[in-house]
Order: sequence, then C-alpha cells, then structure tokens
Amino acid sequence: MNFKLKVWRQKNAVSPGSFKDYDAKDIPSEASFLEMLDIVNESLTGNSEDPIEFDSDCREGICGMCSLVINGIPHGPGKGTTCQVYMRRFTDGDTIWIEPFRAAAFSPIKDLVVDRSAFDRIIQAGGYIVVRTGSAPEANSLPVPKHNADLAMEAAACIGCGACVAACPNSSAMLFVAAKVSHLGLLPQGQAERETRAIHMVREMDELGFGNCRNYYECEAICPAEISATFIARLNRDYAAASAQEALTV
Amino acid sequence: MSVASPSTAPVRVFSKNPFIAFYQSSIGKKYVVAVTALILILYVLGHLAGNLQIFIGPDRINAYAKLLHDLGPILWVVRIFLLAAFVIHIVATIQLAHENRLAKPQKYAVPGYQRSSTAARTMLVSGVIVFCFVVYHLLQFTFEVTDPRYHQLRDSLGRHDVYRMLILGFRHPLISLFYIVGLFLLTNHLSHGLASVVQTLGINNRKTANFVASGGQTLAWVVFAGYVSIPVTILLGIIK
Ligand code: FES
Repeated sequence: MNFKLKVWRQKNAVSPGSFKDYDAKDIPSEASFLEMLDIVNESLTGNSEDPIEFDSDCREGICGMCSLVINGIPHGPGKGTTCQVYMRRFTDGDTIWIEPFRAAAFSPIKDLVVDRSAFDRIIQAGGYIVVRTGSAPEANSLPVPKHNADLAMEAAACIGCGACVAACPNSSAMLFVAAKVSHLGLLPQGQAERETRAIHMVREMDELGFGNCRNYYECEAICPAEISATFIARLNRDYAAASAQEALTV
Repeated sequence: MSVASPSTAPVRVFSKNPFIAFYQSSIGKKYVVAVTALILILYVLGHLAGNLQIFIGPDRINAYAKLLHDLGPILWVVRIFLLAAFVIHIVATIQLAHENRLAKPQKYAVPGYQRSSTAARTMLVSGVIVFCFVVYHLLQFTFEVTDPRYHQLRDSLGRHDVYRMLILGFRHPLISLFYIVGLFLLTNHLSHGLASVVQTLGINNRKTANFVASGGQTLAWVVFAGYVSIPVTILLGIIK
C-alpha cells in the first residue's frame, strides 16, 4: 500500500515546527502504524535525513507510551492505542496527517514526541496509598464489595497515555485524574487519604496548566482503556466533599 | 505553521484560604457555574409556567403580573439574586474559557471531533447571544422602553394590561422571529447545559448517564416549545 504522509516536524521544544510531506511506499497492509513509520524512517536514514521521532515501547497496547494524533484523532482510528492500528484500516493512496499530542502541559520535545511527565507529577501529588511494607496481609481480612472492586478495576485500567488530554479541545486531564482518584478511592486501602488525594491531584493538575473540563466527552470516546466519563462525575463530588471538609477542619 | 512556545510555568497558584482555593480550582469554578446555572434553569422553568397563563386568559395573566408586582421588596430581592447568579455564571465562564485557551495553544490541523455535540462546542456563542436576548427582553417587557405605549396599558380593573402588551409586542413578525431565534439558542445552551449541571455537580453515574443526557435535551426542547408557543400563537392570530 502507498500513502502520502503529512508529518509534524519540529527540531526541539523552542524552534517552530511545521508539516512535511513524505511518501510511504510499499507498506504491507498487515504493518502496524508504527511499523509503517519505521519503514519510512529506514528510507529517511538511508538518504541521511533525520528520522521522524515518535514514542513507543511495548507495541502491544499495554504501556501507553505510543502517542500520535492521526487525522485529528489521538491514537488514530478505532479504539486502542496507536501501536494497535494497522495500515489495512486505511485506503491505498490515503493522505494521513500525523501530529503530536498537543497541550500546553505536554511540552514538545522533538517531532512527534512530547513530554508527558506532567502526569507523573499528578501521581506524585497523591496517586498512591501510604502503607507499611512487610508481608502481604490476609486477603480476606479486608472485604471489598464486588461492585466497588469492579469499578476500581475499571478505573485502574488507565494506562496514562495522555490521549484524553490530547483529544480534549481544552486539554483537560480530568479523565486521567478521575480514573486515578477513583481506583484508589473505591477501595478500603485508599480511604485514609481519600480527601487529600482528590484535593492534591486536582490542584496539581490545575497548576500544571491542564484545562477545564467542559463535558465534551471527547476523552471517553478515544480512551484506549475505555475509561467512562462518569468517573469524572465521581471526581467532581469527591473533590467538592473534600473541599468542604478542608474548609470545615481549618 | 508555527508552534507556541511551551508553557512550563504554573497557570494557577492556590490560596491558603480553602474557599478561595476552591474557586481557583477547575472543579470549583465549574461548581460555581453549575450552581448558578441551576438557579437560572429553575427561573427559566418558573418564568415559563407563569407566562403560559396567557392561554388561560387576560384576567389570569394580569392578575399574576399584579401579584408579582405587589411583592414589592421581595421581588427586588429575587431580582438581585437572579442578577447576581447571572453575572457570576458569566464571569466564572469567561475565566474558565480563558484558562482553556491557554491550555490548548495549538489546534490540530485536522479537527477530529468524535463525541462532542455542536451545542456543547458553541456554548460560549449561544451564551453571548442569549445574554443579548435577555437584555432586549428586559428592555422590552420589564423596563418597557422599546415601546412607550406599554406603560399606559390598563385593563378594566385598572391593572397593568400585560396581556395586551404581549399581543402588541409579538404581533410584529420581526420581534417574534427574534424571540424564536433567541429561544432556539437558549435551547441549544440548555441541551448541553442541563446534563452538564448534573455531571459537574457529581450526581451522575453509569446508571443515570444516558437518562441525564437525553432527559436534558428533551427538557430543553420542552422549554423551547413552551416559550415559542406564545409568539407563534399571537402571530397566527390564535390568541388576540
Ligand atoms: S507502545 Fe505500548 S501501548 Fe502502544
């Protein structure tokens, strides 16, 4: 298969970027999107040009390292991550626009690679539980209602890829933060820090320059882990309750 | 095409005062928008119920208008309360919109919207037009400055003849058309806004989400039908 690519090239964080045209020739239909880029890069390096920089790691749809906005959609067409998009999804001769995840909080590094460490900082602000280390406790001593266990498991499926931020016209990280706050907040181990976690993570998110949710649900539509936007409602009430408690205990 | 230089500086810094900090946060400001929206929604519904009394007859709506006017200071308390909600709703929204613009310095070359409705994406535009509509509406029927005759209208009991005022106002096709357009945009605003209030206040969940989304839209269109029925029936000469 052959494609015309319009790829965002940017030297570094400060220099301006622009779209460059590339021809992707003789691409097998069973190639993944990232393998297609690998093939293009082979020919670029053959011509001693700079290869197109992009992120990837597991290439199995687990780690959340791959990014890319393909024809305006983070992770490209269909549910799942970019590494799970196969070229047979496109039509021979298609023009494909490839851009980085765009958000003020994700600063560009090079080409299609952006710095998503803002997510790590949100996690550091409260996305954990403080536990004594030691041997694992007896599982049955800590009952978890089935419903909560299921919901927590669903929220914990978030791979932190940042596509929610990329898809959101306001670059809001609410789906990510909602998933992280909920998966701990739904379990007994997460109760002790439930309020401080909601407050710290939300404020960290705001300080890092993520935008405000406007209930567009673009995030839910593209989330490769299929996190539900109803977790955002849960975060909203957790945050409000935590703020009320904060105000009352001062 | 060029790229905006990356912003690494914190956009928001939080106050030590928990109330101020709440308002400074994204969710806090959205709560304020949602609570003021709820107040305005209740007003829109109440106002509709009051206005629909026009179909019962001149006596009924004029009596209702007199009842409201006779509230005196209480009426003003309510008016100021509503005005405050309106202003806060707008101010908080402008702040949120400004922060959102900073958060997405560059748009995609190809827009790839998957889920969001046009109503959702045009909330600011519909909001601005609804604001203009409300201003005109107040000038016309509350302060009665668009037509000096409105002041003199009295019914047989000496009450202000609101019934005639509405008939006179809406007999003009252009005025009626303006109202219908204004109400259409209000409906658009509500069709995203009603469900958004529920989501933002955090009372949404998996079981209610679909009902909230479709219920919000249905209610918005019920409001549209209710309000629009007045100029339309007057324009068609069904009530005169
Ligand atoms: S590379 Fe790991 S999810 Fe795509």
